Amino acid sequence: MSRLQVVSGKGGTGKTTVAAALALALATEGKRTLLVEVEGRQGIAQLFETEALPYEERKIAVSSGGGEVFALAIDAERALLDYLQMFYKLGGAGRALKKLGAIDFATTIAPGVRDVLLTGKACEAVRRRDKLGGYAYDYVVMDAPPTGRITRFLNVNDEVAGLARIGPIHNQAQAVMRVLKSPQTAVHLVTLLEEMPVQETADGVAELHEAGLPVGKVIVNMVRPHLLDEEAVQSAADGRRDEIARVLAAAGLGGAGGGLVGSGATVGASGMGAGAGAGTDAGAGTSGGASGAGAVPGVDGGTGAASLVDPLLEEAAEHAQRVELEREQRAALRRLELDSYELPLLSEGVDLAGLYRLAKDLRKQGAAES
Amino acid sequence: MTLHSPSRAPRAPRAPRDSHSGGLDAADALDAPPSLRIDPLIDDPDTRIIVCCGAGGVGKTTTAAALGVRAAERGRRAVVLTIDPARRLAQSMGIDQLDNVPRRVEGIADPTGRGELHAMMLDMKRTFDEIVEAHADPERARAILENPFYQSLSAGFAGTQEYMAMEKLGQLRARDEWDLIVVDTPPSRSALDFLDAPKRLGSFLDGKFIKVLMAPAKVGGRAGMKFLNVGMSMMTGTLGKLLGGQLLRDVQTFVAAMDTMFGGFRTRADATYRLLQAPGTAFLVVAAPERDALREAAYFVERLAEEEMPLAGLVLNRVHGSGAARLSAERALAAAENLDEGRIVDHMPGKTGVRDVVHDPDDVHDELDEHHEHHVPGLYDAADASPESPSAAADGRAVGHSAEELTAGLLRLHAERMQVLAREQRTRDRFTALHPEVAVAEVAALPGDVHDLAGLRAIGDRLAANDRR
Repeated sequence: MSRLQVVSGKGGTGKTTVAAALALALATEGKRTLLVEVEGRQGIAQLFETEALPYEERKIAVSSGGGEVFALAIDAERALLDYLQMFYKLGGAGRALKKLGAIDFATTIAPGVRDVLLTGKACEAVRRRDKLGGYAYDYVVMDAPPTGRITRFLNVNDEVAGLARIGPIHNQAQAVMRVLKSPQTAVHLVTLLEEMPVQETADGVAELHEAGLPVGKVIVNMVRPHLLDEEAVQSAADGRRDEIARVLAAAGLGGAGGGLVGSGATVGASGMGAGAGAGTDAGAGTSGGASGAGAVPGVDGGTGAASLVDPLLEEAAEHAQRVELEREQRAALRRLELDSYELPLLSEGVDLAGLYRLAKDLRKQGAAES
Repeated sequence: MTLHSPSRAPRAPRAPRDSHSGGLDAADALDAPPSLRIDPLIDDPDTRIIVCCGAGGVGKTTTAAALGVRAAERGRRAVVLTIDPARRLAQSMGIDQLDNVPRRVEGIADPTGRGELHAMMLDMKRTFDEIVEAHADPERARAILENPFYQSLSAGFAGTQEYMAMEKLGQLRARDEWDLIVVDTPPSRSALDFLDAPKRLGSFLDGKFIKVLMAPAKVGGRAGMKFLNVGMSMMTGTLGKLLGGQLLRDVQTFVAAMDTMFGGFRTRADATYRLLQAPGTAFLVVAAPERDALREAAYFVERLAEEEMPLAGLVLNRVHGSGAARLSAERALAAAENLDEGRIVDHMPGKTGVRDVVHDPDDVHDELDEHHEHHVPGLYDAADASPESPSAAADGRAVGHSAEELTAGLLRLHAERMQVLAREQRTRDRFTALHPEVAVAEVAALPGDVHDLAGLRAIGDRLAANDRR
């Protein structure tokens, strides 16, 4: 099992959450995991409901069986000052450099230096040994930049090594590259079952392959349950409204339909079906049928239950359409021929308990097996 | 009105950015945020620049494109500057080729005939190269373009994309060919890099460090700057050690070659920054009703206020609704369970479109989770074994569904929808509590992605639907 696990993904796919869950999953049976953040967003602190992380490794969670998760928000500027101190004993000079704006230059404007420092620090943690000669951390999990930038971010050391053809930066960049391109590293890509994230994942995989960086798993996040298939929706929309209304009324839901709140759902599925791409004919068709027919009069139980039928069918049509789109995206992911993990959408949002649940899901799927 | 002082927003009453005079409907509940009115904003000839900012993955580019289409079809001569559009969206607008100039988008239907839409995708290296070519004599320009340090810098390291986006915006504005520019912003690592990058570059160019880099040429004869001299000799020594002599020389050559251009960079960065603060600019913060996206949005709102940038409001994409919102998740699930229990007596379970689940009548949340754990295993398993696959669907058709089964399924779906609604409402309430003054436009969620003009038009309709709320 790779000791450096890099987690990337398109914005909005929940890569920070997945990285945190993975760090928890890997920290089983007394294992120690370091979860690092490189974008200065303090996403880890928010997720673990702790105060902002300083530039130091601190324990933020324990896992089942006594495992521990440490976290570190890598700060490029501090990493550079550390680096100067560590290798050149330049603590004082560091301050002078900072005063001159050189540190700022190096970490924000100079090409690649920032990324070299960030990946360098993570690789240092991977290689670090404790006093007994074992690894200080069994695993390092990196919440990395998004898919669109990940290859450049990880590969920057190659470019820098070329730019600085000799000298300590060159050596440092090469050392980092040796870790990143080895089987010690795996780059996981988080996606949703939506077109754009899947497309970005495919592009990202191709770029990583081309750069010779090791691709790990595709992690499909926020998977929603499939509750009703398209056939059922179709059949419900085709003239079975009366029956459904009757069942709803019999189930005591007649009163619930009075005074419906029409917030936005009225523009839900209609109209956009055609724009949403291939394979949506059935969905668009059903939604059209659903919104066209209106309430069913003269049904037992009164109009309360009858007026629920259309909105429920409309929601079902949207669901069926989404299921169809998800099926296409699953097929696209399958074509990448990569192993995958799958994590459910937590309908209450991700809190600490949710994070542990996702970690459990990852373990069940073998994420912690070596 | 913490976001813009009255003196900086002396707009017509319909101007949406003034939430207290024009944006608030009597119909709106007291604690609901004011509506962001899109059409008055894009119709107003005084609105010259709209900047869409927000976290990654919230539909920024789509929002920018939809605003461009709508503005053009309402008679504006609009140009959309996108940074990194999804491929199919770019193709549909005809801007998938990187030539770094706006192209006219075909298929825009404006009844008045005045409206036009142009669109372009930013090519940051090319933008940088063009600046160099425009501001240096040919020989110097070539020296810069061939410098390895420049080549890395311009190929897109930290901040370059942000800086070039602002540079391009300045250029488009200066050409004055369009009466409305809609800008998408880069998916930055930190929220407002595109605002910070020009300033950062400016402070670097004004700083001592650049003088140090030039030191070998200049430092020699300066008496009276003893401290600085000590610092500099130490610096160049340190830099040489760190970077290796060859890279330091590359950097120095680059800085020397760029020296005469730096003034220009700084002037333009300042001008673009002021342009963003000017009354003709409107910032739209784009978000989705999710915790992280709205937290980023809150941060944007605060930063824009700090920078005195004019915020028009928040565009909230992918909002879910329900036509049956009065039927709670709990009631729907309870009813579904009752139906299932009846069904187990009357019919054989299984072989239906409605899946069997293990019920826990006390916990709605657990039930959906259970459902999920049982029926959506690994990616490939689920794809192969789900009833959406042809064989299972055929099976479902053959057997048919009883009205009870169907209804139970519909109710379960509705329960899921209501849970989504509740979660979205909670995250939005949190934002509104923090920033009650920010006008909001909601865009109802679509089942799929948008990648054609019809889709963008529909998004535009949804954006503007808030105008009538």
